[in-house]
Amino acid sequence: MSRLRGLWAEARPVVAVPLGAVVLAMIVASVVALLSSFFTEAGFDPSLPFKVFVGLFGGAFGGLDHIVNTLVNATPLVLAGLAVGFGFKAGLFNIGAQGQFLLGAVAAAGVGAALNEAPPPLAIGAAVSAGTLAGAAWGFIPGALKAWTGAHEVVTTIMLNFIGASLVAFLVLNLLQAPGFSFARTGDLGNAALPNAGFLSADLGRLHLGILLALLAVPAVWWLLYRSTIGFEVRTVGANPDAARYAGMRPGLLIIFTMTASGLLAGLAGATEILGTSHYMIASYGTSVGFDSIAVALLGRSHPVGILFAALLFGALRAGAGPMQLEAHVPSELVDVIQAVILLFLAADLIVRRLFRLRQAKRGIEAVETATETYGRKLVT
Amino acid sequence: MDPTSIPVLGVLIQLVGYLVEVLPDIAPIAIGLAAPIALGAMCGVIGERSGVVNIGIEGMMLMAAFVGFLVAGFVAQTFPATPWPIFGATPALLIGIVAAVLAAMAVALLHAWLSVSVRADQIISGTIINIAALGLTGYFNRLWIAPNPRLGAGTFQSFIPPAELTELPLVGWLLKAFLNQGPIAMSVIVIVIVLQVLLFRSRWGLRTRAVGEHPAAADTVGIDVLLLRYRNVVLAGAFAGLAGAYLTLEATGAFQNGMTTGRGFIALAAVIFGRWTPIGAFGAALLFSASDALAVAIALRPPTGHLGDLLTAIPSEFYASLPYLLTIIVLAGVVGRSIAPAAVGRPYAKESQA
Repeated sequence: MSRLRGLWAEARPVVAVPLGAVVLAMIVASVVALLSSFFTEAGFDPSLPFKVFVGLFGGAFGGLDHIVNTLVNATPLVLAGLAVGFGFKAGLFNIGAQGQFLLGAVAAAGVGAALNEAPPPLAIGAAVSAGTLAGAAWGFIPGALKAWTGAHEVVTTIMLNFIGASLVAFLVLNLLQAPGFSFARTGDLGNAALPNAGFLSADLGRLHLGILLALLAVPAVWWLLYRSTIGFEVRTVGANPDAARYAGMRPGLLIIFTMTASGLLAGLAGATEILGTSHYMIASYGTSVGFDSIAVALLGRSHPVGILFAALLFGALRAGAGPMQLEAHVPSELVDVIQAVILLFLAADLIVRRLFRLRQAKRGIEAVETATETYGRKLVT
Repeated sequence: MDPTSIPVLGVLIQLVGYLVEVLPDIAPIAIGLAAPIALGAMCGVIGERSGVVNIGIEGMMLMAAFVGFLVAGFVAQTFPATPWPIFGATPALLIGIVAAVLAAMAVALLHAWLSVSVRADQIISGTIINIAALGLTGYFNRLWIAPNPRLGAGTFQSFIPPAELTELPLVGWLLKAFLNQGPIAMSVIVIVIVLQVLLFRSRWGLRTRAVGEHPAAADTVGIDVLLLRYRNVVLAGAFAGLAGAYLTLEATGAFQNGMTTGRGFIALAAVIFGRWTPIGAFGAALLFSASDALAVAIALRPPTGHLGDLLTAIPSEFYASLPYLLTIIVLAGVVGRSIAPAAVGRPYAKESQA
């Protein structure tokens, strides 16, 4: 017990602000829902906040299938959140998780459909590898551009998101389109689909192997960041690129490595989403993973464990959004409002600390200072 | 078609000929498409010249586009009016512009507060603004606009310049390109020139540049660094607001989720490519929009011969991503050689506070 209390005392300064931000965001979001209902046909309903949270919570945790839905929604967020968080640790702001996710998804869908009659281990292994490699390649580009030319990764990754979406449309409409469907989509996955827990119970049918992969990625990334040499170098570059250079590290190469690894994780997220949940790719595949993963990484303070919990929270919100819309007649986009307000409170953590009378945390959003310092400056000289 | 059978030089000459031929036709389209990028770039130039990076231009535009559309729509519904002969303006559209500008300035105030007072990381602050704008507009779009499909105030009409001007030899097409526009797109060139003069010839401009290059020195000569940064970031927001108003009140007359489609980020690239000057950024914006307009021209009036075969063989998705590709190429090629304001991205605190 005292050990637990010690752990809490250690974690409290780090965890308090994110928790406070979440609580405040829930309050603000319910006020927004309440006030905005004035101007709709349904009219003002004072019990709306209550209905919203009953809907959200019930949709996320009320029953086994709902909990499975939360986990399924959280899976890509864990992986893509780790991708963004890993970038933060090197002082890089990878807004391109969206594009890397899409490329990973389309590569996995294409390879999976091509190998749908191969033995499952081979088909799955090839499809997952293709997805991660495609994501890594899409992450390598902004990393190399940043290291070699100084082009800021925030702008280049956003541009690559749009280019990636066009590329996906092109691939699905031309090379990968499967015959025999009423709309453009990739072929059936067959043996390349990730195995799921449906053999245990019908409710668990959506619980796929990707969830396990995501759970394994958390300690893997933690080990890479905090126990390996390259992780140490990545964190040093993030904290102080000049010091890293003087210590004999090569910031340029580390930036390329970090963006590639980040893209790899996001690509893995895309691959597991396709192979485990969607099972095929369409030309205009829409997903909120891109921005959600930034929110997850910021809320989780770029720490793998924090990211895991943040991803579960946002997975729950996404899973609860649909049921909430049905029960409370509030648009499911309210979840986006909650997410936005959480982020605003995280940026303005001053407010959160004043309200909850918290002291300044040693580690916080300031620990993820992005490479603003290197704006417009070449890193490799 | 055998690729080796295409004479490369011939096709290049054909391409130049085609470009010259379609230039008068695509110039008005290009200048219209450049308007939101150029206005967003003005927002970026003022902010970065005073030392504040603004990644949130995209979000400010989106918020302005939404608020402008919503307010104009409600005003048009409550007070229907016949459009005026000039620009087809109505009170609703004009109030919409004001609302859009105010909305963007409010978001800019938030960015100023986060980056100047709270001294948060400016890139994170901007990104959060983008995510928040997307989330809020998506929510209210579903709540208020989606159930009212007839909501809307229409759009401004393009000015039709007199034929004596547009038929002048040599410069006629250029005059037409700049004058055959709605009010916002037409005012862009004026705004750009005024800002260029103000930034490099006025006291405000000198102070702004001083605060962006060396805030501590500016402070010692009595300039209130924080106040000037606040004022400039909020003022710059007005231009992002105009850009948003252009999208919903001049270009399309409808609001769609995420309709800014990266223009705020392209504007940032235009700022860098234009070496942090208004005129340069405007030129860069024209380059990006011209690539868009060219895709329109190729789709509507494809060239003949080998060039036509080649250009129509390129998938449409490539043309759709052309401005984004160009942005990356420009950033990669230019960044190392153009020098940003020295203090950009760094919060300023007096030594006693730091």
